Amino acid sequence: MFLAAALLTAPLTALAQLSIEITGAGANRIPVAIADFGGDSANGQALALVVRADLERSGLFRLVDPSGLPSGEASTPPYADWKSRGADALVGGTVAPAGGRYETRFRLYDVQKQAQLGGQAYGHAAGQVRLIAHRVSDYIYEKLTGEPGIFSTRIAYVVKSNGRYELQVADADGNNAQTALASREPIISPSWSPDGSKLAYVSFEAKKPVIYVHDLTSGRRHVAANFKGSNSAPAWSPDGRRLAVVLTKDGNSQLYLVGADGSGVTRLASSPGIDTEPQFSPDGQWIYFTSDRGGSPQIYRIGTSGGNAQRITFDGPYNVTPRPSPDGKSMAYISRSDGSFQLTVMDLATKQTQILTDSAKDESPSYAPNSRMILYATEVGGRGVLAAVSADGRVKQKLSVQAADVREPAWGPFTK
Amino acid sequence: MRKSIPALFAAFSAAMMLAACSSQPPAPEQGPATVSDGTSSSTTTAPVTASGLDPYSLAALKDPKSAVYKRSVFFDYDQYVIKDEFKPLVEAHAQLLVKNPKVKMLIQGNADERGSREYNLALGQKRADAVKKALMLLGATEAQIESVSLGEEKPRCTESNEACWAQNRRGDMLYTGEF
Repeated sequence: MFLAAALLTAPLTALAQLSIEITGAGANRIPVAIADFGGDSANGQALALVVRADLERSGLFRLVDPSGLPSGEASTPPYADWKSRGADALVGGTVAPAGGRYETRFRLYDVQKQAQLGGQAYGHAAGQVRLIAHRVSDYIYEKLTGEPGIFSTRIAYVVKSNGRYELQVADADGNNAQTALASREPIISPSWSPDGSKLAYVSFEAKKPVIYVHDLTSGRRHVAANFKGSNSAPAWSPDGRRLAVVLTKDGNSQLYLVGADGSGVTRLASSPGIDTEPQFSPDGQWIYFTSDRGGSPQIYRIGTSGGNAQRITFDGPYNVTPRPSPDGKSMAYISRSDGSFQLTVMDLATKQTQILTDSAKDESPSYAPNSRMILYATEVGGRGVLAAVSADGRVKQKLSVQAADVREPAWGPFTK
Repeated sequence: MRKSIPALFAAFSAAMMLAACSSQPPAPEQGPATVSDGTSSSTTTAPVTASGLDPYSLAALKDPKSAVYKRSVFFDYDQYVIKDEFKPLVEAHAQLLVKNPKVKMLIQGNADERGSREYNLALGQKRADAVKKALMLLGATEAQIESVSLGEEKPRCTESNEACWAQNRRGDMLYTGEF
């Protein structure tokens, strides 16, 4: 376990590197052996380390020590030896130079059945070993759990340090952090476009909240909403064409729809108080939001084309920040009880709820695109950190940056 | 709703007393600023000091003894109702705006750090709007006042305790040049 944490803090480019500490794991973990990849041994070892860390961090796998057994791809690995070490699955592969580039190949073996489960080959540049390792992890994860892996996805978050705010984007394991926007004024509410190419967010750089849409590859951005008053809480429609936003141009904080290019603003709902934090359901039919229309902040939903709002939360005086899961089955949100603000999930079919944390200042939940993990902001020792918990509450991780506050996480979509 | 000027002066002293025991940080101690009687000098130019002027002028904003010196209205947790103790302060600023129709004000609403950032942004907006509405009921015009929210993003006090949070649940009335 500590191997993974040490590996992930290995120095890279960004100064404010996220480090991940695993604090809990699933009950039934699949024992898997990831042998060092053969061929170019430095790259092969580096790749295997990343794959091991990925699988371990998911909480669904137990790593079996591969030392002393043959590495590389083989038509028939020594199944009996792997079985005696307790491995149910084995990965063997190579990273080999190929015409100025590299080729990475691997196979996944079922040790119990003594059979190959499949394999992949990738051509890539020398600097793409981590990227390829995450692809390998995604393949293994999907073959062994039946669900898509999220190791190749990215996360966005805001780092506050010395009065400076940075909107950063990193790989899901916290590596390769890059700053998309740096500002002396606050940045909040980053939201990924469904294709993962853009972030919408709220920046206070104009001394008031204004919504921008920022293309990550080009670094170009445009104003999506800058009306009189406050412009905040952007959320993308599943087709990526519209944003649900909160504007105060007509008075209270109210819900509107606006084109992602900033065109054609229309009002979505009306209430005499606060409506905020809109979020589309994955099928695009509903918008979940927070409102104090009933006297305290609670979660409601309304049809995307209008209609009456339905109240979703009833327990407790404060339920905010609804985040429907990408599979549409659950909703993560923050509930307050006894003065503590905690990450909670609701099964949308049964309305059963479960508090997932024992912390007191949870905020901003964000589902992984496979709905398996939830990333959120919390506070440890007076400092803002990110944490992730599996949707069943068993697997827990903490992601922190030294001497800085990290907040406002948003987990990006699957990469194509 | 409109109050007479004498009523406002009565309210003014009450406001100062209440403000003194509110959780607001104390105003800097300072004597009356060079109030010359104008006789000890050969020149007859009267010093332009706040205390000698119209209590609802822009100059009065900088006079710690003036009714418009304080700018902050404090709110209860998760609330955006102006408490009685802050009504005299709001009335004084309304008078200033009424008497100086060209003067513009920016109201910044704030919230404490607990709970959702976006909800707190909305809460700060409701607080700023509550102050704006009160000022307009007292005669200030829509064109004079803009209300914005800073949510929990610009805390005046950064510790995690109730005394600090109370400081941050606030609407600040700022005039041109102050924001």
